[in-house]
Amino acid sequence: MPRRRLSGIALASPALLWWAGLLVLPVGLVLAYSFFERGVYGGVVYEWTLDNYRRAWDTLYLSVLGFSVRVALETTAISLVIGFPVALFIATRPPRWRTALLVLCILPFWTSLLIRTYAWIVILNDEGLANRALRSLGLVDSSVRLLYNELAIVVGMVSTYLPLMILPIYAALERLGPELGEAAADLGATAWKRLWTILVPLTAPGIAAGCIFVFVPSLGNFIIPDLLGGGRRQMVGTLVQSQFLEARDWPFGATLAVSLIAMLLALVLVQAWLGNRALGEREGPARAL
Amino acid sequence: MRSRLGELSLGTLFAATLAFLYLPIAVLVGLSFNESGLPTAWGGFSTRWYGELARDEEVRDAALSTLLVALGATALSVLLGTPLAFGLDRLRSRTLDGLVFVPMIIPDIVYAIAFLSAFNLVFTQALGRQLGLWSVVLAHATFGVAFVAIVVSTRLAHFDHSTVEASLDLGASELRTFLHVTLPQIAPGVVAGALIVFTLSVDEFVIAFFTAGIEVTLPIKIYSMVRFGVTPVVNALAAIVLGVSIVLVLAALRLRGREAHP
Amino acid sequence: MRHRHARAALLVALAALVVAAVASVAAARPQQSVTLTISNWDAYTPEDLIPRFEKATGIKVKLAKHTTNEDIMGKLEAQGGGGYDIVFVSGPFAEALRKRGWAARLDHRKIPNLKNLYPGAWRLAYDPGNRYSVPYTWGTTGLCWRNDLTRQPRSWWDLLRPAPALRGKITMLATDRWLMLPALKVLGYSINTTNPAHLRRAAALLKEAKKHLLAYDDTTFYSKLVSGEAHLVQAWDGWCNYGIAENPKIKFVIPKEGSDLWVDTMVVLAKSRNQDAAHKFLNFVLRPDSGKSITELVLYKTPNEVAMRRVKKELARTFPNLAIPPKKLLTFETERDLGKAQPLWSRTVAEIVG
Repeated sequence: MPRRRLSGIALASPALLWWAGLLVLPVGLVLAYSFFERGVYGGVVYEWTLDNYRRAWDTLYLSVLGFSVRVALETTAISLVIGFPVALFIATRPPRWRTALLVLCILPFWTSLLIRTYAWIVILNDEGLANRALRSLGLVDSSVRLLYNELAIVVGMVSTYLPLMILPIYAALERLGPELGEAAADLGATAWKRLWTILVPLTAPGIAAGCIFVFVPSLGNFIIPDLLGGGRRQMVGTLVQSQFLEARDWPFGATLAVSLIAMLLALVLVQAWLGNRALGEREGPARAL
Repeated sequence: MRSRLGELSLGTLFAATLAFLYLPIAVLVGLSFNESGLPTAWGGFSTRWYGELARDEEVRDAALSTLLVALGATALSVLLGTPLAFGLDRLRSRTLDGLVFVPMIIPDIVYAIAFLSAFNLVFTQALGRQLGLWSVVLAHATFGVAFVAIVVSTRLAHFDHSTVEASLDLGASELRTFLHVTLPQIAPGVVAGALIVFTLSVDEFVIAFFTAGIEVTLPIKIYSMVRFGVTPVVNALAAIVLGVSIVLVLAALRLRGREAHP
Repeated sequence: MRHRHARAALLVALAALVVAAVASVAAARPQQSVTLTISNWDAYTPEDLIPRFEKATGIKVKLAKHTTNEDIMGKLEAQGGGGYDIVFVSGPFAEALRKRGWAARLDHRKIPNLKNLYPGAWRLAYDPGNRYSVPYTWGTTGLCWRNDLTRQPRSWWDLLRPAPALRGKITMLATDRWLMLPALKVLGYSINTTNPAHLRRAAALLKEAKKHLLAYDDTTFYSKLVSGEAHLVQAWDGWCNYGIAENPKIKFVIPKEGSDLWVDTMVVLAKSRNQDAAHKFLNFVLRPDSGKSITELVLYKTPNEVAMRRVKKELARTFPNLAIPPKKLLTFETERDLGKAQPLWSRTVAEIVG
């Protein structure tokens, strides 16, 4: 075996062993419940069945999935549109300032998501700041329903997951150093084109990572649809959790989880296989180290 | 030619984004000083809620627990995830690159139940050890590793191996090369990854609730506190956490102050 | 080169912190006396109860908190019924614990204070004879409203088919058993029905009702009332009292079609190694002064007849639903575990909400 591969395996093994024991085994066992039956009062009865998978193929669950995917895509798209320029801004500041600015973006996230979400409720409700501002600016006559709907969910999601978009893009941009400074300095008509053709491909791994970091958790989040959505629309995260907790139907919960994981896995693998998306094309000559 | 417009628009967008991110913060800090118990009526400026909070031992304990867990999980994730990124870089397997994302796509509740069942079997029943903050650290690190590995990999993707070659050619040892050539170049990736894991751990509820035994982390405590609606005590707590974070970060930045950025 | 060392030092410091953290929490705590591990909802145990119990018996109590029945049941399931000595869960979950074999059969000789219970509290459908659980609090579900913002509601229809002025100003409870309750009551069905046709008809009603709903809300519905965001909400009687405490214009009423009798109970787990101590705790909670404390501090009714008689009379004037006679409560059905039909219920609710 070439030395490179051997050293690669050696470096990767602590993490992979950790995952073998703490991830694959426990999670695998739980997911395996999907092939068994629910006990009358909860729990798992070890009778092999594919019924759970038959049950999962249902327009109800598909529509919940569809709604979740839509919201997650909206969130990801908006986070990308905002996150990329923000990361670019930070990466083009003098080095002293970069970490400070980055941390400034992260700080809000060290306060509780739950509390911040409740703050959004205060801001978005009929008598809240947003409506009062809209009314006093004369943009609307009476309060607009900004809460307990899809709009509120997306606003909450973006404000929650934005740093997960900013950080990886920043990490990728930061490495570009001087070329970046030039590109930023020339930001005019042709420079935008330059941005597009040069900068984006170079930071593609960061962008891809950011998109996945935002898309996946948005899909699985249950707090924001519950609070900001008023519980009026279920998302996939709530659905899976409710099978394990409310329905005490671990086999069916496992089935939905398997389906969700399979879908996302396909997404992630496709992205990895398309080469220069996920973790980047290995530029430069291969080096034996 | 320097485009003022470009600079200006980027800067404005940044400011607007910060305003968006800090709007709920401003609201909750404001409400933490509200004499009246509810967010809808302003009862006058008051610090009584901070007083109540100061007397609340449970909250202080929970906050400390959360900090310890987050630090532990972050450290473990970096220790495991950074070498993993290097390993992946050398193995050049696209499938493996994709599989690294798997820890992220597993729903929280599945993790929660999987960890609790496994820990219960291995630690509590077989070894007689009660679950606590340490089990939460193990749990959080399990998905944290993925984030660090992925972010560091984005740095490694366009890593210029010629610098490493040059260093070795010039006679530096592998260790020295790693510390002085490789590490500085991937450092922003490590820091970014660490920040992500820390942030995720600090606010994680479901897995923590299931794996913490009878210990209480801050998210767990807050969840039970908001059962009755968000009292100003809760907002005061968030404001304090924010304040402490700012102080810690300023201190850390001071310490790094003189470091030259690669 | 100084910054390299600074970085290394920082890493070492972090590592040390991690080791210290892990060591400190992994350190075995020497147990001098028996310790009971109990899980209850936050703010549901009067502050004085546990200190007084510890003082009276010398038994230490470690109180863990859970936010919903489902959370604690999930933990118990994953731990095979272990991890705690006593859990506080609602009736149907006590029944489920019994059916799973995780609830200890109680030795009534060790709980003499059971005699303080109302006679009716011995005939609760989820556990007749209180053989596996002891009731802690009980009450009903009804309508909680602002009498300055809307007229007194009388029927569940006021919630399900609200008048135009109320549209967009009402909330319903989100948990499956109580979400379905109003529809099941107006249709005259059992609240424990497993009949798919019943559930379908109820679902149709509830889907219609959802259009006029502000939100589904299990926890902050009373603050929505206080703020005026909502004018009428579906609420448990005890929770409505928290609203009344903030705004006396809030009132509670049981709709004319009737409602449920919910009961929160204490269950000793079969795997507990402190059965004796657990029984002592149950007995202590059933003391008249404990029961009085619960009602006065937590604002919920208890099935403890002797305790209820000692509750301050003025309290019932501020919080009228504390005076609902047990006779009336006992005319309502109490929730039972749904057994095989639980997944059907969950799917029905998912259809309504989803």
